[in-house]
Amino acid sequence: MHTRRQTLQRSLAVASLMGATGLFPHNAQAFEQAAFDAKSIADAVKAMGGNAPSESADVSLTGPDIAENGAVVPFGIATALPNVKRMLLLVEKNPNALIAMFNVNPEVDANFATRAKMGQTSDVYAVAITNDGKAFFAKKEVKVTLGGCGG
Amino acid sequence: MADPMRIRAQAKDNNAIVRVLMNHEMESGQRKDGDGKIIPAWHIQDVSASLNGKVVMTAEWGPGVSKNPFLQFTIKGAKAGDKVAITWKDNHGDSRTDEATIS
Repeated sequence: MHTRRQTLQRSLAVASLMGATGLFPHNAQAFEQAAFDAKSIADAVKAMGGNAPSESADVSLTGPDIAENGAVVPFGIATALPNVKRMLLLVEKNPNALIAMFNVNPEVDANFATRAKMGQTSDVYAVAITNDGKAFFAKKEVKVTLGGCGG
Repeated sequence: MADPMRIRAQAKDNNAIVRVLMNHEMESGQRKDGDGKIIPAWHIQDVSASLNGKVVMTAEWGPGVSKNPFLQFTIKGAKAGDKVAITWKDNHGDSRTDEATIS
C-alpha cells in the first residue's frame, strides 16, 4: 500500500531523473507534470526552468485583498521586463502551488488574466522567467473567507 | 462533447484584447464524494491561441484554475477582421476549438 506522499515523491524523483537525461525539453509542448505537482513556489519555478526568484518591481500582480469566494479569485499578471519566456501564477498555500503557466511569445503581451481557486488565505505570486533562466516575482497576500479547494 | 467557449476579441491601439470563457468542470482532485473517496482531477492542461492559423500563445494549467475558466490576453499587431482560434485539451484527452473574429 502506497501513501499519496510516497507516490508523489516517487513521481518527483522520476521527473527529476528525466530532467537530468534531457527528456524534458523545456520548449516542447509537453505538459510539465512535475511543476504542477510541486508543493512549493521554489520547486515549481525550478521545474519550469527558472533560478531562485528575486522580487522585482517590474512584475505586477493584480487581485483582490479579500476574496469572499475562494473558488473564483480573479488575478492579473503582467511584466515590463524584456526577454520573458514564461509567466507563472502561484498560490503558496494551495495543495499544489502552481496554478497556471503562460508561454510568452513575441506576438503577445506579457499580460494575462485568469481566475484561480484558493484553499485558504495565502500569499499569491506572479513569476516571470526570462530566456536566460532568471526569475522575478511579485507577491500579494489575499485573504480568503470561504475556501475553494476542499468540499 | 464539451460546451462551446465564449470568445470576445476587440481591436485596440494596434493590439487585440481577447477574453475567453471556457466551459469546464475543472475538478481539483482534492474533493471527496459522499463515500469519502477522492474525486479524480479533471482539468484543462493545455491551452493554445492562434491568430489567422498561426499559434501565438500557449499555456499550461493545473487543477487550481477555477471552474469554467476565464482567460484574458493581448495579441500584438492584430486588427479587426483577423480570426482568433482558441483550443484547450484536458487531462482526459478531450479537446475543443472555437473561433472568433476580432471586432
